[in-house]
Amino acid sequence: MKVLVAMSGGVDSSVAAAELIDQGHQVVGVTMRLWGGESDTGCCSVSDVDDARRVAQQLGIDHLVFNFSEDFNKHVVAPYVQAHVDGITPNPCIECNRHLKFDRLSERARILGFDAVATGHHAQITRDAANVFHLTRGHDGLKDQSYVVYMLDQTELAYTMFPVGHLTKAQVRDRAVELGLRTATKPDSQDVCFISRTGGRETFLGHRIEFRKATVVTSDGVLAGAVDALELVTIGQRKGLGLPGGGPKQFVVDVDTPNARVVIGSEDQLLRSGLAVNNVMWADQAPAIGSTVLVQCSAHGAALPALVQSLSPLVLEFEVAQRRIAPGQSVVCYDVTNSFVIGGGIADASNPTNT
Amino acid sequence: MSKDNLPNFVYLDHAASTPMREQSVAAMAPYMSGMYANPSGSHRFARIARKAIDEARDDVAEAIGCKAGEVIFTSGGTEGDNATIFGAARRHGGVAVCSAAEHHAVLHCVENLNGQVVEVDSTGAIDVAKLEKVLQDPQNAGRVSVVSVMAVNNEVGSISPLRQVAKVVRANSPSAILHTDAVQATCWQDLREISKLVDVLTVSAHKFGGPKGMGVTMQRIGLEIDPLIVGGGQERDRRSGTHNVGGIMATAAALRETDSTRGAEILRVTKLRDALVDAVISELDDVIETVARDKRVPGIAHLCIAGCESESILFLLDEAMICASAASACASGAMEPSHVLLAMGVDPRFISGSLRMSLGHTTTEQEIDRASSALIAAVNQLRRNKTAPRVSASK
Repeated sequence: MKVLVAMSGGVDSSVAAAELIDQGHQVVGVTMRLWGGESDTGCCSVSDVDDARRVAQQLGIDHLVFNFSEDFNKHVVAPYVQAHVDGITPNPCIECNRHLKFDRLSERARILGFDAVATGHHAQITRDAANVFHLTRGHDGLKDQSYVVYMLDQTELAYTMFPVGHLTKAQVRDRAVELGLRTATKPDSQDVCFISRTGGRETFLGHRIEFRKATVVTSDGVLAGAVDALELVTIGQRKGLGLPGGGPKQFVVDVDTPNARVVIGSEDQLLRSGLAVNNVMWADQAPAIGSTVLVQCSAHGAALPALVQSLSPLVLEFEVAQRRIAPGQSVVCYDVTNSFVIGGGIADASNPTNT
Repeated sequence: MSKDNLPNFVYLDHAASTPMREQSVAAMAPYMSGMYANPSGSHRFARIARKAIDEARDDVAEAIGCKAGEVIFTSGGTEGDNATIFGAARRHGGVAVCSAAEHHAVLHCVENLNGQVVEVDSTGAIDVAKLEKVLQDPQNAGRVSVVSVMAVNNEVGSISPLRQVAKVVRANSPSAILHTDAVQATCWQDLREISKLVDVLTVSAHKFGGPKGMGVTMQRIGLEIDPLIVGGGQERDRRSGTHNVGGIMATAAALRETDSTRGAEILRVTKLRDALVDAVISELDDVIETVARDKRVPGIAHLCIAGCESESILFLLDEAMICASAASACASGAMEPSHVLLAMGVDPRFISGSLRMSLGHTTTEQEIDRASSALIAAVNQLRRNKTAPRVSASK
């Protein structure tokens, strides 16, 4: 097959390209240029493009650079900024996967006549007896990334390949060392590529929006403190709220954006029996109402059992109450054996109690 | 890997770089092996090298239409542009002026100096009336130190009205230094006709069959421009650094050949370029020639193709072994939206599908035929697949 492999300049996608070549595919590497600004987070920068190109040269495949910076700004950066204004906690890496890697890039690959798009994600695509594709967790449980690519439907799963999903991270690094690739010992990329480590989220957002001061109140409405930037406060946060020391632990249990108020409370007050989910995508069939799924709400969080209460809107009822999920976070449902993704969506923002 | 390893390759990217002319390679060779002396030395071995570059300088001066003493050998077009604009600004202060469609080697200098960028017309050539207005603006009057206007645009090939530019600059800013980046003009215009209009002229050797890393800047004697590179003062203190003897010999040889064959090449390449564009336009709808034929040089065919993206067109052409380009590439190799097309006000429906095919001294009729067929097939594929429903090949 003719495969376009997205090469970020990291070790996983480098080895993904090598695996595809070994499998006998006709492989072309591509690096997406997404962010025009500075980057020091180990993703998307010019030096990462250099790494990807050098690896492609070492492997003897063509390497291209596609400039998708306009789409990235439109679908990832601008919504990220707006989400903060709206009091939502976005996950830009997931939006990049949704809109760039598995939409813009795969669309271009189809137009150019490629048979598949591959990436270095630690996830696997399997097919069952009924020919249904499953987005299965990566072989390396610690590095599994099925959560961040949960949006793939049958059409995209059929067009996508994850050539390192069956390997452990250690095996990937060993392979890169064996091939003499310069990315072999490169650290994993961290954080959000367009937010610099030195400046952080505060500097990035501070250049784009005007922060609102907010009061911090208890759930009874008693004034407890103040924050300079409401937009930087997240559900579950404990620090930076201007609270006096001592006393029981206090958490942000709600961000009341219209009234510029942060509500704090005890851990108990943060607990929710369930949550509502928007923008839901199912990999294949929706689960039955009343069935049990395992729900994961962060990249490396535990998958916890929950009951499907309704499908539209999707409402999930946890077996054991959980800390409130910040609106905007991705909520991904796995099958009861915790092996593959059934589907997922975005934690609801409009309902402050989340259920 | 060389072109010999890729026998089926069609090269239509002469505006990016040209194949070196045989005469140029031959002129360079002796100085890459046996004749290694530094021409600034005082022994007989050095004098051999000195004689070589003195003769080369005479030849270059002849082709540009200037005195030998006005020729400065540089590392290329970017150095010439930077040295002139920053050098003039450093010496005289004041305001630097250029057009919005200049090469970044000029534009970024002027922007760096917080200078004035003048709008262009729909062909990409500087709008002379707007230039006059900028020069007459009370904020700038009497303070303009350097005006830089390219002779030929590197992306779309449009020819600047340098005669009118010179007239307006001399009338309104008589003390300003007038520079032209003539990098894309060398193959298609007599440099003597350009040099007589300006104070400083910059060319780059690899655009006319010479080596990379070599350029020539013609700077009128008596002009006050601070040097960008100081040191041993080898180029009469206007530029320092040990002479690249082989590069200078190769540059002179390429320029001699370019100058003596230019007349015939203009006729030959115009015919090829028109055949290429005609073939494409007659087969495809919604393709525009970005600049009318009589307003641009023979070597550039610039098209804007609706319903396609430049990166996709280039990929399919590359697969068909056709080398072409779109806008300028950034350090990562990604295509950047063209500042030239934006400045020209090209219809947004067409702007994302821009394509530059540039011809030169090695271009053949056979190459043109292959390129036009490949381009027509590529555009048809892109347009067809774009409207097709999203399906996956079964794995």
